[in-house]
Amino acid sequence: MSYQIPKFRHPELPVNELGYTKADYEGSISTLCAGCGHDSISGAIVKACHELSIEPHKIAKMSGIGCSSKAPTYFLGKSHGFNSVHGRMPSVVTGASMANRNMLYLGVSGDGDTASIGMGQFAHVARRNLNMVYIVMNNGCYGLTKGQDSATTDEGSASKKGDPNVYSAIDLCGTALQMGATFVARSFSGDKGQLVPLIKAAITHRGFALIDVVSPCVTFNNNPGSTKSYEFVREHAEATGTVDFVPMRKEITTDYKPGYTHEVTMHDGSSLHLYKLDENLDPFSRRSAINTLEDHRDARSILTGLIYMDKDSQDLHDVLQTSQRPLNALEEGELCPGNNMLENINASLR
Amino acid sequence: MKPTDIKNPEYFHKVVDCQYACPAHTPVPEYIRLIAAERYSDAYMINWQSNVFPGILGRTCDRPCEPACRRVRVEEEPVAICRLKRVAADNKDDIRDRFPDIPRRKNGKRIALIGAGPASLTVARDLAPLGYIIDIFDNQFAGGGMMRSQIPSFRLPIEVLDEEVNYILDMGVNATFDIEVTSLKEILDQDYEAVFVGTGAPRGKGLNLPGLEDASAHVYLGIDWLSSVAFEHTDSIGKRVLVLGGGNTAMDCCRTSKRLGGDDVRVVVRSPFEDMKASPWEKEDAMHEGIPIYNNHVPKEFVVEEGELKGMTFEKVEAEYDENGKRSLVPTGEDLVFMEADDVLMAIGQENAFPWIERDLGIEFDKWDMPVVDEVTFQSTNPRVFFGGDSAFGPENIITAVAHGHQAAISIDLLCSGRGVHERPAPGVTLASQKMGVHEWSYDNAVEADQRYVVPLAPLEETLKDRKIEVELGFDPSTGYKEAERCLNCDVQTVFDEVRCIECDACVDICPTDCISFTHNGEEEDLRTRLTGPSNDLAQDLYVSMDLPTTRVMVKDENVCLHCGLCAERCPTSAWDMQKFLYNVTKAGQESAA
Ligand SMILES: Cc1cc2nc3c(=O)[nH]c(=O)nc-3n(C[C@H](O)[C@H](O)[C@H](O)COP(=O)(O)OP(=O)(O)OC[C@H]3O[C@@H](n4cnc5c(N)ncnc54)[C@H](O)[C@@H]3O)c2cc1C
Ligand SMILES: Cc1ncc(C[n+]2csc(CCOP(=O)(O)OP(=O)(O)O)c2C)c(N)n1
Ligand code: SF4
Ligand code: SF4
Ligand code: SF4
Ligand SMILES: [Mg+2]
Repeated sequence: MSYQIPKFRHPELPVNELGYTKADYEGSISTLCAGCGHDSISGAIVKACHELSIEPHKIAKMSGIGCSSKAPTYFLGKSHGFNSVHGRMPSVVTGASMANRNMLYLGVSGDGDTASIGMGQFAHVARRNLNMVYIVMNNGCYGLTKGQDSATTDEGSASKKGDPNVYSAIDLCGTALQMGATFVARSFSGDKGQLVPLIKAAITHRGFALIDVVSPCVTFNNNPGSTKSYEFVREHAEATGTVDFVPMRKEITTDYKPGYTHEVTMHDGSSLHLYKLDENLDPFSRRSAINTLEDHRDARSILTGLIYMDKDSQDLHDVLQTSQRPLNALEEGELCPGNNMLENINASLR
Repeated sequence: MKPTDIKNPEYFHKVVDCQYACPAHTPVPEYIRLIAAERYSDAYMINWQSNVFPGILGRTCDRPCEPACRRVRVEEEPVAICRLKRVAADNKDDIRDRFPDIPRRKNGKRIALIGAGPASLTVARDLAPLGYIIDIFDNQFAGGGMMRSQIPSFRLPIEVLDEEVNYILDMGVNATFDIEVTSLKEILDQDYEAVFVGTGAPRGKGLNLPGLEDASAHVYLGIDWLSSVAFEHTDSIGKRVLVLGGGNTAMDCCRTSKRLGGDDVRVVVRSPFEDMKASPWEKEDAMHEGIPIYNNHVPKEFVVEEGELKGMTFEKVEAEYDENGKRSLVPTGEDLVFMEADDVLMAIGQENAFPWIERDLGIEFDKWDMPVVDEVTFQSTNPRVFFGGDSAFGPENIITAVAHGHQAAISIDLLCSGRGVHERPAPGVTLASQKMGVHEWSYDNAVEADQRYVVPLAPLEETLKDRKIEVELGFDPSTGYKEAERCLNCDVQTVFDEVRCIECDACVDICPTDCISFTHNGEEEDLRTRLTGPSNDLAQDLYVSMDLPTTRVMVKDENVCLHCGLCAERCPTSAWDMQKFLYNVTKAGQESAA
């Protein structure tokens, strides 16, 4: 059993704009089960953050409890991290974000952590459009506590030791849409080609960005009869289209087939190119997104890709008009402007 | 690309970079692991089977394995493969009881070996246990060839040489020393079944420059001078010595001069420093002993005054390279440089000479007056006459002579048993899983980041006093252990089973050096642009699987794989397994396992 990753890396690893290689974004060696989808998602996060040239110390990894919530140890070893209580990651991120809006908040949660104990928190953080990336590593079970069905287990799906599930499943993308999330996507841990650009887009999006990533649990839920196994997902996944993330500084040279393609300019000037495969979906319409989700649910297929995006999203800081500067950078005089100011405010409210 | 045929032994053989580069294909990682396990005698025997002279080679080998070592592709320095061999030799027990039995009753077939250098000794070592009657003839007083006459004792102590030469001479071979063979016809007339010519490249090249005639009393051919030192006919040299030439012979000449009274000893070479033929470590050793190397100096003239050698003049040049990389040395136009000298050693090369081989024996000679020798069988155009070592294709080194000797022995055995010399035996190969438990391997798969350890040297003041004091002290066992742990175990292969793979990507994610990819198949050139990691070393193979359920293939670039086994540890279905690949060149009379 290896407890450490060897120090050597490929000698020709590409460096990003900060001069860092991918290795500078890695974490400790994973202790999750061999073959766990969560590890692939960690790999995709490493790749996305490296390629976006994000300074590692500008990222805060936030999580709850579960195998998925343990995963932040296995990526971005030089970033900040907060492993909070079960289902309570959203409120911790809300607090952190209010205190310092200049960090990139990368929430990592599981289907249990989000759709069971954390359902209320999830609903409200989506509704408030907090500027964060919220990745659910969705394996349709409580992996850490030995594989019990979760609230995202599909009706009729059976885990390795269990009977077919009798309850209706929560679709986190649908819930997020209902709650007012401004960026909603679904992907599959086994498809980095799709997942990496989606993570980049979610990071660049201003507002609440959910990516529900189906992530097979090899130990408890990768058996025939499970709708979250590698094989089932591969056979039933249907992509809305492909997403290409084009960084701000790159010139766009390719010609796109009109009608099928959308180009979206993001807040930082980078752009997203969407190549639509599903003609019925308008990814900028919440109604269209909800309909398409329902269509696919009826057809028992798994809709992946970018499902919805609000191009004009206003995040919580925009709405509340909070301080641009982090609280820890404010002087005492700014934080406590004194009695006169208080008097003025009170007077204005009388 | 076509799926890789891992059943072809050459595929995995090539992954074991050091073994592949070794002319005798010594199973390097196998013996390095035994050294780490303190099983020195076992490590020695693996070497002895393969390269015959582990103690000698552990000090003197040209080590083509080291520049090839995988470690060079992931960090700076290769594993000290050569000096680890010496650790096995220095620390072994008496291993003579492990040698093959020599049959008392011979098989009646007589073989003559001419020359007792490493090539002939290897033939003897391989054929004596099979019952052949072996007669060796050599013009020196003892066996070893140039290992005795040329390699100075401060690099190779006589005791080490004697020990390993005697292991072979003690196998009941008939060796006649101090005998010059002057006619191959005479030998052939004695009804030998086969004759092996292992007489090396015994003739030193000289430079015929103005003044040579008058200076000749103080101008020597390097290899003649070295052998006269080795055989104790020469025990001193002048204070100021110029050594001409940039190869290993020049390095041995200058270092020996330093020990025989040379004070101002200089190496002067025509080429730029980097182009010198000497191995980098030989140059370092000379410079460490305070010997300057003057490069880009072309010798012009011996300066003799009143019948006395005063020195030499040199023209300064610069190397220029044309678009094909061909070098020419262009004079800089500066004044000639004069260097004082009492003695001059010319070490500018060696060549073959076969004045004793009659040209009507059916042995064809080419336009360079070299015998025409088959590169696989080492047979000449006279089916009973074989050549090997430096005599076959010109001067090389000990390990090459050994490799030739093994192959020639196979040919001789095939010839004598009435089979065709081209019916070469296949290599012996085994491939065995190293899995001991879910994540347990029977090899030490952790990758050590240690830098290469430096071999300690005896103090300069002492070694420069006496040419017989060995300069290198060798690794002590604990340093040997640490150096051994640097080996990446390239023989423990990553073996992929596409039937088990569920394409979960776990191996791709964990691989520290980005070796593994799952992608759609294509031509190699295109495929290499679509892999997880950069894939620019075309000399390193791609391991391509059959089609997987998603219609993709697994592609592994062997280039910088650390053989850490993490892919196999992280694979949920054991589609990857770590399997030890042992490749043994089959020797004469051994039936191959394959
Ligand atoms: C100065 C010097 C240093 C070297 N250092 C190294 C080193 O560090 N490492 C390395 O790997 N290689 C080294 N080499 C090269 C190495 O010594 C040879 O490549 C190797 O010994 C060749 O082996 P061989 O069996 O072909 O012939 P040799 O070793 O040359 O043996 C041939 C033998 O045949 C004898 N012989 C020749 N003609 C006749 C005849 N007509 N009758 C009877 N006997 C005859 C010769 O005297 C000699 O004993 C060095 C060479 C030189 C010159
Ligand atoms: C308050 C609280 N309740 C229950 C638990 C037990 N518990 C730990 S992890 C977990 C479920 C984790 O499931 P999920 O979020 O899907 O993560 P996974 O392990 O599947 O990745 C539960 C119920 C707990 N740690 N804390
Ligand atoms: S690392 Fe070890 S096995 Fe690999 S090439 Fe170097 S010495 Fe040989
Ligand atoms: S053994 Fe496997 S994980 Fe380790 S470097 Fe090689 S391919 Fe990568
Ligand atoms: S870890 Fe194993 S099952 Fe997963 S992709 Fe690699 S070889 Fe296939
Ligand atoms: Mg879960």
